[in-house]
Formats: sequence, C-alpha cells, structure tokens
Amino acid sequence: MRRSRTPAELVQAEPGPAHTIDFDGQPVPALPGQTIAAALWADGVLAWRTTRVGGRPRGAFCGIGACFDCLATVDGRPNQRTCLLPAEPGTTVTTQEGHGRADLDV
Amino acid sequence: MVAGTSARQEALRAFAAEQATVGVTAEEIPGERLRELEPHLASGLAGGFLYPQDAQVQPALAAAHLLRAARRAGARLHTGEAVKAVRLGADGAVRGVETERRRLDAAAVINAAGTWGGELAALAGVHLPVLPRRGFVLVTEPLPRIVRHKVYAADYVADVASGSAALQTSAVVEGTPGGPVLIGASRERVGFDRTLSVEVVSRLAAQAAALFPVLAGVSVMRAYRGFRPYLPDHLPAIGADPRVPGLYHACGHEGAGIGLAPATGLLITQQLIGKEPELGLAPFRADRFPAEDAA
Repeated sequence: MRRSRTPAELVQAEPGPAHTIDFDGQPVPALPGQTIAAALWADGVLAWRTTRVGGRPRGAFCGIGACFDCLATVDGRPNQRTCLLPAEPGTTVTTQEGHGRADLDV
Repeated sequence: MVAGTSARQEALRAFAAEQATVGVTAEEIPGERLRELEPHLASGLAGGFLYPQDAQVQPALAAAHLLRAARRAGARLHTGEAVKAVRLGADGAVRGVETERRRLDAAAVINAAGTWGGELAALAGVHLPVLPRRGFVLVTEPLPRIVRHKVYAADYVADVASGSAALQTSAVVEGTPGGPVLIGASRERVGFDRTLSVEVVSRLAAQAAALFPVLAGVSVMRAYRGFRPYLPDHLPAIGADPRVPGLYHACGHEGAGIGLAPATGLLITQQLIGKEPELGLAPFRADRFPAEDAA
C-alpha cells in the first residue's frame, strides 16, 4: 500500500542510495537515516510485535519514542524501540512474541 | 528477606522472632534452598526468611477501589483543591475546612495529607514533624516471572530504622504480574527535591544486579521518585489529636502507607463512632513530638 505522495517527495528529499535490512528473513529496503519503523512502514509492514496477553499485533503508534508500542527484537536484543533506531545496512529485525524474553523463563 | 552473611542471617532471625510475637509468620530458608524459591538469585547467599503472608497491591488501583467504595457509601470527592484553612470554634474545636473553592462544615477533620500532613497540622495550629524521605524506583522492561517474590536485602531493615539524612540504598527487587520488575530502595532526606539523582539510580541498578545477576542484561524503561511521609520515630500519627478536639491524623506511615491504610481507616472510624479502637493508639499520638523536632 504505497502512497502516491510520500513524505520524502513532499520535502523534495534527495536521499542516498537505498540498502536493505532483514525483517523475519525477508529483505526490506531502507534509506540512509531512516528509522527501522519508517522502513517497515514504507514497505507496507504494519506490525512487528505481538502483545503479551492477547497475542495481538502491534507496530508504530506514536512514532516519536514515547509510547513503547513499536518494540521489536533488533539484532537479537528484544524490546527495542524501532521508531528510534536507524535502519542501518545489515540490521536484523525479528517479530517479537510478547515480552521477547522467553529465554529467561524458569 | 535474604542475607549475604551468617551475621546478617542472625540479625534476620532475631527480627523474625520479634515479628512472631505479633503474629507474623516467617520461615527460615537455608542458603542452599533459596534458589528453589527464587531461581535467578545470586549464588553464595547465607540464607533468608520467607514471609508466606506477604501480598502485593498496585497502589493506584487500590486507591481507586477505596475511593469507589467511599463514594458508594455517600462520600463526596473534591480533587485538586488545596485546604487553605482549618476552621476552629471559640472552644478550640474543629468546625471544618476552607479549600481554594469552598467551605466545608464538619465536626471532624481527618488529616490524611501524607508527606504534607505537617502543613495541614500547622493550619490547625499544632506541631507534627512529617518530613519527606525521598526514594527512587527503577522499572524494567516487561519480563517473564523471573522474580517471584518481593526480595529484600537484609540491610533494608537497618536502613528503614536509621535516623540519618544521608543517602542509604539497599536492594529491594519485586516482580509484578504485569511483567516489569520494580527495583528500589533508596532513602534520603533532601526536602522535596524532584531532580533525578544519577548516583541513586546507578546504585540501585548495581545492587539489584548483584542480587539477581540476570538483571544486568535487562533494560530499565523508566525511573520515578516519591517522598515518603517520615516521622522521627518511624511510627505514623493515627487518631484523635488531644490538642484540637475534632482533629484526627492518618499520616506519617513512611513507605508503608498503602498497606496500612485500611487498618488506619478502621482505627479512626472506631474512634469517630465512639468505640474503643482495637489497637491502642498511644504510640501513634500526634502530640508525642516536642516542638524542637521541627528544626
């Protein structure tokens, strides 16, 4: 669901060449300076986490680092705010199931 | 409660024996059994005590439920209005209060103003040296139930009883049903200073990670601070003030106000309706502090 006019077009941005990040094993294009959440959104991905209790999908909500809705596992670290992290070449984003810390359960 | 050394464990044993005389159950746990109760606890601890009667309450939710119950019973709530005056009659007895917006007539006024209880007492012309004792809490990212109880390091008991104004920290680590782990506890007398203290939060984080090494790899999402209402002898002020007929106090519980609120309410209600309170209130009398404590 790409829009006809993107924010980049509106501000007449001239970003450098795109690279890719990895989202659940699939390549996703990203521009220099773009956040992970912005790259996923631009590629039509709206959810990259499930809630702890109901297992419902979550993605970006506030988009400005306040609400903690856009958490995902990034390069193996759970609970990272994707709206704040740059989508650097080779970044690996994994859909986070619940708290993402099942490894600590005893 | 957990102890790092056998001397600390001995101190906890004496503390538990004292508590047993008033009906508190505590079970001694040898060091080698601690991890059956808390699998992520650090190794090498001398032992601890389990309090099976312990319970958890979410303070904001508890307050909301108490308010709902009070309103159902006919109470009216006026929020966001500071009390500007306590009105006294010619006989020196309470007649009510004036707030920023209204006058409320009442034969009894209950001072439940927490850390500001001393200011409200002063409006009624009496001395009650409630002081703020600042504490910080760290809130981690949501986690599976890696901390199953509220776990206190043994030093906590001494910190609470201390009269020092200087900073004290001892680890208190508490898992919650929601997932975040809460990390305390610091105590310092710095007035109502609301600024974040990096020294305090880093000490709290280090002590918690020493007790539960798994926490070293966990993110803290936020920190908050509060001001415990502290009276010099660490006991609250509960009940009728003998200096001002009609004035009652329910404040100064330091860090235990949420848990002690229902019992405090019961004791004051019994006084208000002319019954003998089921716990003697002499140790909690508001006039037990000489005026020079104000310094």
